[in-house]
Amino acid sequence: MPMDWIMGLAGGLLIGGAAALFLLVNGRIMGASGIVGGLVDGSGRHDWHERAALIAGLISVPAVAATMLGGAQTYLTTNWAVIIIAGLLVGVGTRLANGCTSGHGVCGISRLSLRGIVATAFYIGAGGLTVVIFKHALGVI
Amino acid sequence: MRVIVSFLVGGLFGLGLLVSGMTDTTKVQGWLDVFGNWDPTLAFVMGGAIVPMAIAWRLTQGRKPVLADAFPAPPEPRLGRNLVIGSTLFGMGWGLAGLCPGPAIASLSFGGFGGVIFLVAMLAGMLVAPPLRNRLDQQAIAV
Repeated sequence: MPMDWIMGLAGGLLIGGAAALFLLVNGRIMGASGIVGGLVDGSGRHDWHERAALIAGLISVPAVAATMLGGAQTYLTTNWAVIIIAGLLVGVGTRLANGCTSGHGVCGISRLSLRGIVATAFYIGAGGLTVVIFKHALGVI
Repeated sequence: MRVIVSFLVGGLFGLGLLVSGMTDTTKVQGWLDVFGNWDPTLAFVMGGAIVPMAIAWRLTQGRKPVLADAFPAPPEPRLGRNLVIGSTLFGMGWGLAGLCPGPAIASLSFGGFGGVIFLVAMLAGMLVAPPLRNRLDQQAIAV
């Protein structure tokens, strides 16, 4: 168990380091939902190549690393209805809130942004409640 | 040059997500499962990510980005209804599947068909968000 925590901390430092690099060099906030969402709805058309490059790195580096580590798994549920509903909720919610775990969580909290702190409190609260209801009460997940 | 930096940032981000275990949905759901077998790993990930970023925000004071004209504007002080509604919807989806946008993309190569379906649904959700936001804003004005 504590090994997971150490890996969590190490991975967290890499995530924070990536966000710091993006801020200090490109002057941008590393928010996954904003970067992707801007490509989807066209609001990020002017810098699409930077967004596309970031996404390319985000897909390819874990792909190579996972292969080198002997494979990785997400253990995602096989319930299709849950996958589709969850995906829709994550997509709509993060764009409505203008941020997700990386934008509001990592980048927002670290600058003591009230919006980032409130958003994080709400998505963790809603996530916790959802797990209680759908896992323990209904047994769906 | 900015494009190369963007690629490196995405790569580091993805590596961090993989190393930290955040592409493992059971770890994320384990963190949210306060009344079950609670897994505190996510707190270590968040803590580890916030430290370098807090230092970076400090370094922005009185400086300019290396490859840009200005740093992002200070956060908007207004919270607003969309922030609360959106974060709640996001949290529900996050709890159901254990994936948020970053890991959903980072796990594309090994997430299987289910991961692709999740990603497509997420992109569809992102597409309907702007019109929904307009409607919510109009409602807010009407009220």
